Amino acid sequence: MTENRKIKVLVCKPGLDGHDRGAKVLARALRDAGMEVIYTGLHQTPDMIVQTVLQEDPDAVMLSMLSGAHKALCPVIMDKLKENEIDDVLVSVGGIIPDEDKPFLEEHGLKGFYGPGTELKTIVEFVKNNLKR
Amino acid sequence: MDYSDLIEKLLNGNSRAVARLITLVENDIEAAESIINAIYGHTGNAYILGVTGSPGSGKSTFISTLTKLFAEQGKKIGIICVDPTSPITGGAILGDRIRMKDNFSLKDVFIRSMANRGQLGGLARATEDAVKILDAYGCDIIIVETVGVGQSEVDIFKSAQTVIVLLVPGSGDDIQAIKAGIMEITDIFVVNKMDLAGADKKISDVMQMLELKMNYKYESESHGENNLLESNWTPEIIKVNSRKGENFEHLIKLIDKHREYLKNSGVLVVYQKNRIKSETIQILKHKISEKVEGLIHSNPTIDEYLRLVMDKSLDPYSMANLIIKLLGID
Amino acid sequence: MAEIDENKTLKPTKNERQEKFENLSGIEIKTLYTPEDSKSIDYNRDLGAPGEYPFTRGAYPNMYRGRLWTMRQFAGFGTAAQTNERYKFLLEHGTTGLSVAFSLHTIYGYEADDEKALGEVGKEGVSIDTLKDMETLFSGIDLSKISTSMTINAPAAILLAMYIVTAEKQGHSPDKLRGTIQNDILKEYIAQKSWVFPPEPSMRLIIDTIEYCIKNVPQWYTISISGYHIREAGSTAVQELAFTLADGFAYVEAAMERGLDVDDFAPRLSFFFNSHNDFFEEICKYRAARRIWAKRLKNKFGAKKKESMRLRFHTQTAGVSLSAQEPENNIARVTIQGLAAVLGGTQSLHTNSFDEALCLPTEKAAKIALRTQQIIANESGAADTVDPLAGSYYVEWLTNKMEEEAERYFEKIQALGGVIPAIKANFFQKEIANSSYKYQREIENKDRIIVGVNDFQLREACATPLLKIDEKVGEEQVKILQSVRDQRSNSQVQDKLEKLKQAAEGTENLMPYIMDAIREYASIGEVMTTLKEVFGEYREDSIF
Repeated sequence: MTENRKIKVLVCKPGLDGHDRGAKVLARALRDAGMEVIYTGLHQTPDMIVQTVLQEDPDAVMLSMLSGAHKALCPVIMDKLKENEIDDVLVSVGGIIPDEDKPFLEEHGLKGFYGPGTELKTIVEFVKNNLKR
Repeated sequence: MDYSDLIEKLLNGNSRAVARLITLVENDIEAAESIINAIYGHTGNAYILGVTGSPGSGKSTFISTLTKLFAEQGKKIGIICVDPTSPITGGAILGDRIRMKDNFSLKDVFIRSMANRGQLGGLARATEDAVKILDAYGCDIIIVETVGVGQSEVDIFKSAQTVIVLLVPGSGDDIQAIKAGIMEITDIFVVNKMDLAGADKKISDVMQMLELKMNYKYESESHGENNLLESNWTPEIIKVNSRKGENFEHLIKLIDKHREYLKNSGVLVVYQKNRIKSETIQILKHKISEKVEGLIHSNPTIDEYLRLVMDKSLDPYSMANLIIKLLGID
Repeated sequence: MAEIDENKTLKPTKNERQEKFENLSGIEIKTLYTPEDSKSIDYNRDLGAPGEYPFTRGAYPNMYRGRLWTMRQFAGFGTAAQTNERYKFLLEHGTTGLSVAFSLHTIYGYEADDEKALGEVGKEGVSIDTLKDMETLFSGIDLSKISTSMTINAPAAILLAMYIVTAEKQGHSPDKLRGTIQNDILKEYIAQKSWVFPPEPSMRLIIDTIEYCIKNVPQWYTISISGYHIREAGSTAVQELAFTLADGFAYVEAAMERGLDVDDFAPRLSFFFNSHNDFFEEICKYRAARRIWAKRLKNKFGAKKKESMRLRFHTQTAGVSLSAQEPENNIARVTIQGLAAVLGGTQSLHTNSFDEALCLPTEKAAKIALRTQQIIANESGAADTVDPLAGSYYVEWLTNKMEEEAERYFEKIQALGGVIPAIKANFFQKEIANSSYKYQREIENKDRIIVGVNDFQLREACATPLLKIDEKVGEEQVKILQSVRDQRSNSQVQDKLEKLKQAAEGTENLMPYIMDAIREYASIGEVMTTLKEVFGEYREDSIF
């Protein structure tokens, strides 16, 4: 690997939740930390997210969910990634994720649940330190 | 490293392999060498379109509409969207994908976003290699999209066969920018958003700009093979409405016309030769500068030269000549 | 040692906690304000009596001495039956108006069993598909005796139609109904993002509702022109003020273009503002808003009636200012924000529950939020005189300053051709993205302190009991929807939808057609799909 290697990150808003302030601020912070960021925009279905992962080959996928639909949508996304033999991408979810839901999401392969009040630099460091490849 | 597994998947039409290989050529020039080595024989089938325009000219909608029509013709399309890397942070927001239609089927359309990563030289190399990968994957058409109409865009489009520049009715800034940059290599000028006032004025502005270019050409002398390049293709101008798909059949006819022209006039061959030359020069530049940098940092003879330059017994130009001798390429 | 300079103002002393003190809008705040700062103010021209032009001091002459603000707590979750229970609970405990939060699938016009609704049903708000759900939502609640605010935008006309028909079935005619629909599509493109159709057909629908209500539901507020979401998306207070009022002016222009008389519809426009952390800035914002609106309506739009010039507003305390860390601290924040809204003269108020950043409110948290308002109303004295802060050198100076800054924004928007062209040029979105990024950087650099979050943090985590929405709600709602489909006359539904489609292709007012469709128990999803066929769907340009 030469020093030209950049970390590529997908920032996604799954489901119907339209609260994108955090996702956008995060995208900017990741860019400022030297990463290449694709923001998928709102209203992403699991299929759309997986298609984007298949084509863009990101190192990390950051899901932003504030509507409470995380327990329904995250497993579907993880299953579809598995079906497509994608197992080397860091998948993280942030937003409004109650503590008691975290073990369930961890079982499905998600990591790092960053909610309100998290410093951007914490998330940036988390991405840098938890890549799977 | 052995990439044969991925390459086999690529040649069998596996999308994930495409994505993985593009990542490799972006990040690792040694990998790029092995990969291109293995797939080069499978390239040459795709037709490559370059599309650019100023911000706000509606490139993404334009490309979406064009892609949809190509897909309806049963073609397989690859799209590479290039966005600028921030010179300050080294990062990039790759924002073209989000503007494309989101209901293309995976088997018809492959979209990939790339950052230009700032440095000249490496800039077009990764895009070039990504184009080859999509070519080997089986794309009939590959669209390379970038933003801006300046000199660096000329570099990106070295591998494009037809270059399309988008304009919008309104201020004349884009004409000025085009004159200074990409005018020389544009094959089709498209005035997008033709429903807006000023569309026809924009067309006549383009024609005026081209007349100036034409007049200049007649007065200058050109010789040999390269004369063919400047020859008989007069850039076409067309207006469209991307949102409504208006006038796109005509546009596709123009693209086909250009494609035919390139084949029949022999220009395509000249052009391909030039492209291969410049690609190779780029690779050479990269390799040589790597070698030189390695040398400068590690060779004791260089330290000697450095001392002499610091003492003013030698100047940097002379030092460079000595290094060329050292490398054996004088 | 303090020194007085040649302007007779205090020079800043060298030992202050910060180099400069800037409020959340970036306005620099001085150590001391004196009569110098408010000397250009003419009482009759700039302040006037409350209830009189230019309404700076308040929308009504005796404000809360006559009647307290409406304590209107936003609520909604799960199925209509569950929310119905919460409404009855709130009414028992002293809420004086209902406020409906809808589930995301309702907001976007997808039925509960649509693929896009996966995981969303009943979360974030109550799930409504058909008239049946609306009837359940208000079962046992007399719609002629309460006022209801519905936070709904793209399908607002449909929900209004359902409310009217539900009241009809209770035996009440539409002229008795009091309430609001948010129905403010412009701020959706700017901030809340729950748009469906493109701007032009959306405006047409909004003017249809205004026109319809002038004749048939005269007590209804047809738009709640909102700044709350613009603020939550990251704007400053000045931007909230300017962008909200600009949207308001755009609606007035559009209605006048339809041929409606400003004095007929302007009295039925209302506003919805945020109440954020900076206590004085918020109060000044509300005062400036009233003055700006009054002046424009009179001078630019030629309004003659007082009611047209009077800006009424609802306030919600800032959700985004509440922390997930040490949530009980939020009770203190909400109290300050609620008090600012009262001192600013709000007509109705929602105070957030302290668990806002964690989940939908539990009953306990919802009760404390309500009690906060009751304490402000009954124990603090803030409601016993009108506009008590008037005359404060600081408050009058800052009110003027905010008006000035807002006018600057109006000029910029005008230069772009108005609100809709500015939206298409991504003007608002860029301003908001920049303000929110700046704010986040300030917090991370500790230039701004959020107690318990970036300073004074606790070491241990505290466990807060949360409201859980049963994942089974989705299944339940789908069953309800299915049974409605089975029991209604599907041929009637198709017929009404077809008629609606034809009307949408023309220029008739769509309200009667929508009412006909939902009477037959057409779902919101079906109506929206029909309209999408004619109007198309909006796509946004994502701006950072």
